[in-house]
Amino acid sequence: MNRSPYLSSAPSVSLIMVKVMLALVPAIAAYVWVFGAGILVVLALASITALLCEALMLKLRDRPIKPFLMDGSALLTAWLLALSLPPLAPWWLVVVGTFFSIVIAKQLYGGLGYNPFNPAMVGYAVLLISFPVIMTHWPAPLELAEAKLSFANQLQYIFGTSDSLSLDAVSMATPLDYLKTQLTLHHTVQQVSLAPQFGMLGAKGGELVVAAYLLGGLYLLQQRLITWHLPMAFLSVLALMASAFYLLDPAHFAHPLFHLFTGASIFGAFFIITDPVSGPTTPKGKLVFAAGIAVLTYLIRVYGGYPDGVAFSVLLMNMCVPLIDAWTQPRVFGHFK
Amino acid sequence: MLTAVYVMLFLALLLGVLLGYSALKFKVDGDPLVARIDAILPQTQCGQCGFPGCKPYATAIAAGEADINQCPPGGNAGARALADLMGVEYKPLNAEHGLPNPKSVALIDEATCIGCTLCIQACPVDAILGAAKHMHTIIASECTGCELCLAPCPVDCITMEPIAESPDNWKWRYPVFDIKSVGQVGNLQAGTRH
Amino acid sequence: MSSLLNIVKQSFGLGAVAVSGGVHPPEHKHESTTQAVGQLPLPHQLTLPLRQHVGNLPKVLVKLGDYVLKGQLLAEAEGNISAAIHAPSSGTITSIEDALIPHPSGLPDRCITIALDGKDEWIAHAPIDWRKLETEQDKSKLLEGLRSSGIVGLGGAAFPTQVKLRTNAKSSVDTLVLNAAECEPYITCDDMLMRERADQILKGLEIAQHLLGAKQCLIGIEDNKPEAAEAMRHACANSPLSKLVPLKVVVVPTQYPSGDARQLIRLLTGIEVPADKRSTDVGLQCFNVATVLALHRYFDFGEPSISRIVTITGNVQKPANYEVLFGTSVADLVQAGGGALADTDGYIMGGPMMGFNLPSVSVPITKASNCVIASAPNLFPSAPPAMPCIRCARCADVCPVSLQPQELYWFAKSSNLEKARDYNLFDCIECGCCTYACPSNIPLVQYYRFAKSEIIAQDRAKEAANLARERNEFRLMRIDREKQERAEKHAQKAAGAKAEAAKTEATSATEAPEDVAMAAKKAAIAAAIERAKAQKAAAVPQNVVDAIPSVQAEIAEIDARREAAKQSVTDAIATNDAQEEK
Repeated sequence: MNRSPYLSSAPSVSLIMVKVMLALVPAIAAYVWVFGAGILVVLALASITALLCEALMLKLRDRPIKPFLMDGSALLTAWLLALSLPPLAPWWLVVVGTFFSIVIAKQLYGGLGYNPFNPAMVGYAVLLISFPVIMTHWPAPLELAEAKLSFANQLQYIFGTSDSLSLDAVSMATPLDYLKTQLTLHHTVQQVSLAPQFGMLGAKGGELVVAAYLLGGLYLLQQRLITWHLPMAFLSVLALMASAFYLLDPAHFAHPLFHLFTGASIFGAFFIITDPVSGPTTPKGKLVFAAGIAVLTYLIRVYGGYPDGVAFSVLLMNMCVPLIDAWTQPRVFGHFK
Repeated sequence: MLTAVYVMLFLALLLGVLLGYSALKFKVDGDPLVARIDAILPQTQCGQCGFPGCKPYATAIAAGEADINQCPPGGNAGARALADLMGVEYKPLNAEHGLPNPKSVALIDEATCIGCTLCIQACPVDAILGAAKHMHTIIASECTGCELCLAPCPVDCITMEPIAESPDNWKWRYPVFDIKSVGQVGNLQAGTRH
Repeated sequence: MSSLLNIVKQSFGLGAVAVSGGVHPPEHKHESTTQAVGQLPLPHQLTLPLRQHVGNLPKVLVKLGDYVLKGQLLAEAEGNISAAIHAPSSGTITSIEDALIPHPSGLPDRCITIALDGKDEWIAHAPIDWRKLETEQDKSKLLEGLRSSGIVGLGGAAFPTQVKLRTNAKSSVDTLVLNAAECEPYITCDDMLMRERADQILKGLEIAQHLLGAKQCLIGIEDNKPEAAEAMRHACANSPLSKLVPLKVVVVPTQYPSGDARQLIRLLTGIEVPADKRSTDVGLQCFNVATVLALHRYFDFGEPSISRIVTITGNVQKPANYEVLFGTSVADLVQAGGGALADTDGYIMGGPMMGFNLPSVSVPITKASNCVIASAPNLFPSAPPAMPCIRCARCADVCPVSLQPQELYWFAKSSNLEKARDYNLFDCIECGCCTYACPSNIPLVQYYRFAKSEIIAQDRAKEAANLARERNEFRLMRIDREKQERAEKHAQKAAGAKAEAAKTEATSATEAPEDVAMAAKKAAIAAAIERAKAQKAAAVPQNVVDAIPSVQAEIAEIDARREAAKQSVTDAIATNDAQEEK
């Protein structure tokens, strides 16, 4: 027989993971609409690799395979990584990244619940540093591409069998990337934002994906899978910092809304920084954590060497989580500090 | 080049002086080592370690004359605590000095006791009440279970009674549950404590 | 968000709106409130554990074979914090020995069993005048009487009530809180008590207020009990107490665990009792409704605490509430509830959040038993296997004490008990909210219970070790002192004897005085050993000297068997030796 309490209300871990994946579906749909169906192949590749790697590691560690495989955490990591990669990434890139995320960043630390770093971000960072060219070659949105890519063509890119179409013909610098390089060439923000890939708020086409992410994020909030602390703190601090710099010098610093709606800001706010295992556990700690990520992201975007800084900021703040937890312990009932 | 050397030398001197001053000014007066070791020992005063009591054993450990794994009543947990304190490698209990017994309390069979006071003299914590030619009895709450009174008794009237578990001293157990059913051969490690 | 609301409300002096944290398990209260409180038929026997309360065990006053009347004192309170045990009905004492009790350990404990004669005859009893409270002596006399009334907290904590009614200069009570929240699912005994006996409760509250000198009384009740709240309001309006002091029924939102004393106090008054102080130190005291009703029965009728209302619910035919005499077997209660359904796999005492499994259905109902739930797989499915902690902090969100359950879990799991204590493990009220909310199905509360009992055992061992060290040091000092005194005496004697020695040659013992003493002692011991051996051989058990012939015959038979066994053992050894020699 059981022990008290004999009741439980909580959704199981696998249900939580499934709901988060559900929240990603609108964004995946938007991706397909904007960039073509290649993303689905990347997702499939990543998922299969993740499950295989996890099963192998569990077997090597002599742990029960079925419960851990079925909890969906490996699958979710794979999806988050896949959505961070360029949609036409070569298959080996996807496999290597997923391998790193699951095996090195998760299983070697002890599996579910024991990883100090966000696994998807570890995989992304490894790929970004090791293969910078491929990682920054994002395809143009379908409406802007010079050569319209069919699904078959996309498959050719992913599986490396295309020699007719070069990657340059279909790729286009992302707005953040373009802005960064153009600013070093002493153009102003206003001039740069006239380029074709800039939409109303962020990237043309990419805006749709970001809006879909926002929708998914709101779903997560409504389902109480995440609390408001992390997304709110991240987005507000990012907006604040961007506003401060923009107000000081509008010619050289982009509008805060631009920062909020490009790159991985919304995606990161709702899906990346909310990873419970590598994040802080106290409400105040969450605010500090998210604020730290926002500050670092902005600094990397403006002064750093990479166009988007969410991944590195997350990893840097993951390092600080034990300290943040220790310093933000809430007041216990009956204790008056 | 020379300036670099001078600067480094100067820094070394400065930091050395600072450290030395701090070591003296902010010195924390802790308990002497013997007292700290004695605080870890269970105070059974049984002598199984080879020393006549816990304080002498503590003194010997502090002087480096005894090993940390000679105390059966302290168990492996005690050996671990001593290893932590002394900064040495943990060693499991040395079986030469005996193995840990369940906590017991001595009991005198009053029908057989002859009132010889030999056990009273043997008890290291004065837990036996009695006088010459008068009944002796163990004060159960003071008895440490050291068993030193058993040997001197000429009529063998003292026994050790293990302290039974009652609702008064019952402890909740460490939760153990299955992650998977341990029905398959060859994968027994998986179904154990999480 | 709720915490923000609370801050706003508190700044307007409105007290906390709801328990911070807490959960809302499905209530299952309607099943057992469809009929009035029933009376169980008189059982054949009652088994009364001595340990029905917090504190010292009472001292048994009766012996085997005694005939006792209903309400007669069986065991008196011993020590400062203790409570008495009374006979709930008339009958004969048939045993005073260990029997199975309702305790999570499943271990037996000392119980007094009474075989009832069915007459249910009351002992002479009379009301006690509690209004006369002019001098301190009056008060102490009343509390002394209360000490032998057997009344303990009937909300489940079973703390002796006379201790809670003491006041002195340091701890006075301004606000008396009546805990009618009953926040745990399934339990409805307090609900039914209020619906049917609200007037008696108020009479008891009068007594408590009078003894404590409280300046206002608040009755906290959850909003899922509208009938009970109405009954209490009605009773308050009619009670003379409402003319003495402000008396209010406060309805609080239904949330588990609003029934915890400190949580309820914060809900009703906004005051948070500091963790290292008692509620009386901040001018508050909290009683359960059934406890104050027991006060009324004792003072106004002279009846000691002999029964309570218990809910029988869960997987039974007719869940309901019954007035049960203490010591009644749970099996009788289950039968009154129509019997357990076929797929029942066990019984839970208490509620589903904080209750425990009963070792068997034949355990008695005690003062702390408020509910028995028959459990079945469809009501309480087995928890799925636990997964690792994913640090989602849902447990921290729901903890009413604002602890960090995940931290306590990691410390308890790795037996890092000192850190667990530093993170306020002992502030945990074991309400089970954290475990209820955990998506990984980790049995968090079990870890905390384990850690707490380990720490308590370790602390006890440390205390005992410190005491042993003191005694050892004193003994060594005493031996030294005796040696010194002896040496001084010898020195004196030697000085005086030097003169003597000149007269008498040292013809007396060349041996050292200690050896002489030792030889004499050895001789004495040898003689004593001989005496003891003779005594052992001749030792006759005292209680059979005047035994009746049939018993003597039995004893002779047993002796013969023992002799035969001894003989066979020696024979066996002999044959064994013989075989070995071969």
